[in-house]
Amino acid sequence: MDTPTLFGLAAAILVGLGLYGVIAHPQPLRKILAFNVIGSGVFLLLGAIARRGAAAGMGGDPVPQALLITGIVVAFSATAVAVALLLRLFGETGSVTLSSDAPAKADGDKPHG
Amino acid sequence: MTTDGGLLLAVAVLAPFVGVMAGLALGGRFVVRVAFLTLVVGLGTALGVARALVQSGRAVVYLLGGWAPPLGVALRADGLSAVMLVAVAVVIGGIAVYARADFGMPAGTPEARAPFTFWLLLLAVWGSLNLVFVSGDLFTLYVALELLTFAGVPLVCLDGKGETLRSALRYLLFALVGSVLYLLGATLLFGAYGTLDIALLAARVRPEPITWVAAALMTTGLLAKTALFPLHIWLPPAHAGAPAAASAVLSALVVKGSWFLVVRLWFDVFPGVITRPSAQLLGALGASAILVGNVVALRQARLKLLIAYSTVAQIGYLFLMFPLVAGLDAAHLDSGSAVTGGMLQAISHATAKAAMFMAAGLVYATLGHDRVADLRGIGRALPMTVVAFALGGASLIGLPPSGGFLAKWLLLSAAVATAQWWWALVMLVGGLLTSAYVFLVVVRAMAPAEAGWSPKVRVPRYPQVAVLALALCSFLLGAAALCPVDVVRIGRPHAALVGSR
Repeated sequence: MDTPTLFGLAAAILVGLGLYGVIAHPQPLRKILAFNVIGSGVFLLLGAIARRGAAAGMGGDPVPQALLITGIVVAFSATAVAVALLLRLFGETGSVTLSSDAPAKADGDKPHG
Repeated sequence: MTTDGGLLLAVAVLAPFVGVMAGLALGGRFVVRVAFLTLVVGLGTALGVARALVQSGRAVVYLLGGWAPPLGVALRADGLSAVMLVAVAVVIGGIAVYARADFGMPAGTPEARAPFTFWLLLLAVWGSLNLVFVSGDLFTLYVALELLTFAGVPLVCLDGKGETLRSALRYLLFALVGSVLYLLGATLLFGAYGTLDIALLAARVRPEPITWVAAALMTTGLLAKTALFPLHIWLPPAHAGAPAAASAVLSALVVKGSWFLVVRLWFDVFPGVITRPSAQLLGALGASAILVGNVVALRQARLKLLIAYSTVAQIGYLFLMFPLVAGLDAAHLDSGSAVTGGMLQAISHATAKAAMFMAAGLVYATLGHDRVADLRGIGRALPMTVVAFALGGASLIGLPPSGGFLAKWLLLSAAVATAQWWWALVMLVGGLLTSAYVFLVVVRAMAPAEAGWSPKVRVPRYPQVAVLALALCSFLLGAAALCPVDVVRIGRPHAALVGSR
């Protein structure tokens, strides 16, 4: 097995673990972390593809590397937005659960404008 | 090659974002003016793109920096893009006029956070949608999708209350997982075929396992963002909890972005790779959405939740076009009419749903609540708004001469032509259920008010006119049948969805 294939398989495992985490964990923070694990898997895959496409004396194909950098920036900002929302949710309700019928300030009948 | 009017594509994407930057820099006192100036520029640009497309009769292309794909990135507008650009500009315009009542910041009032954010996000949603419509490259589309998420999620929690923050977080998680799955699929395609440009990729893809995996991952991710049944659970609380103008943006426009991308992928990237059973599966999910969404909408006690569940159902219609187009292609019939039907459904739903959510916002302001059971008197207090709600509802039901009628007519005739009677049946049952809840609301609204009742707030006239104008757009869209050129087909490759196998 050559190195890019090995890294590709590792990427597949990361995506699988992350996907499991997103679906199985009820806590939002864990979901956000699991999303980052999926993201790492995708970025590793991009790295492996870049390495496999190496040509003309370069260490890797620059196009997937450029995509990788952009992807990391996007995933970073997404995580920042999600964590900011989570902190705000904790500040407002004192809980960080996603289910609406949580004991803390259950306000089902509250009007929404 | 950059074609005539190609630069307009770049302007269509950049103008709203320039508006965001200018609004951010100039601050709350000028943001409304900046937004309206951007609206005029953006609407003009969208019309310019449509004009260039109709005049030249082929797709408008702009090569960024003059670099051709695969090295560079192209912006491309075909018929699908052009009609969506114009439709979105019109809907954003209607919503902006309406939102001046809720979020306008008259001189002398202190700058408030929620209105300021609303105007910036409205422009950001618009710019991201335009990028989705004109991107010719799968990675640019990924960035556009993420921008759309970042602009859409804060709209849900503008009021900053706990419940809406929770809905926003749930929406964000769905959207993030959806886009990372899309990115994974795009990565696999790049690894297999070495390009992300849609036109080049379409020529290179072969029906083989990696393409199927990539198509499945990307489609699933996009379905989560479009809220197709059974991935719809985030939508009703998010869309019903937001302020009316924001609900209108989210329900009418934001979900169409990821749907448009599914259309792009299936019809432009993967024709010949998609199998008929997979198209049937997508149609089955759409049919379930129509039935479940409509039945649940009937049972809602609150008007905004009712409209949100109706969105779940209407999204279902958008996905019925896939098995129909596949069926027409397999029978070697012209599938263009089914594609036109799908696009018309998207546009008529966008205009109708924006009008209905904004009507619900005016009802809420006047009554102080939006319980469907206590709507009596509203027909007297807000006649224009109730008429707009009824016209929007008529378009959702599919009564002539509405856009919804023409859309459903085209889809129904495609279903009949391909002997797929089950889709026709679902559409008819869906129409019946829709008419039940629209009539329920309108009849209650027409009931006379109790003696001595007076509206809580006097709603100014112009938001009502904006609501009515959007509803009329939707109701009269059926006149598109009289249009001499079928704009949707311009610049489209003549490729069958189900390959020649």
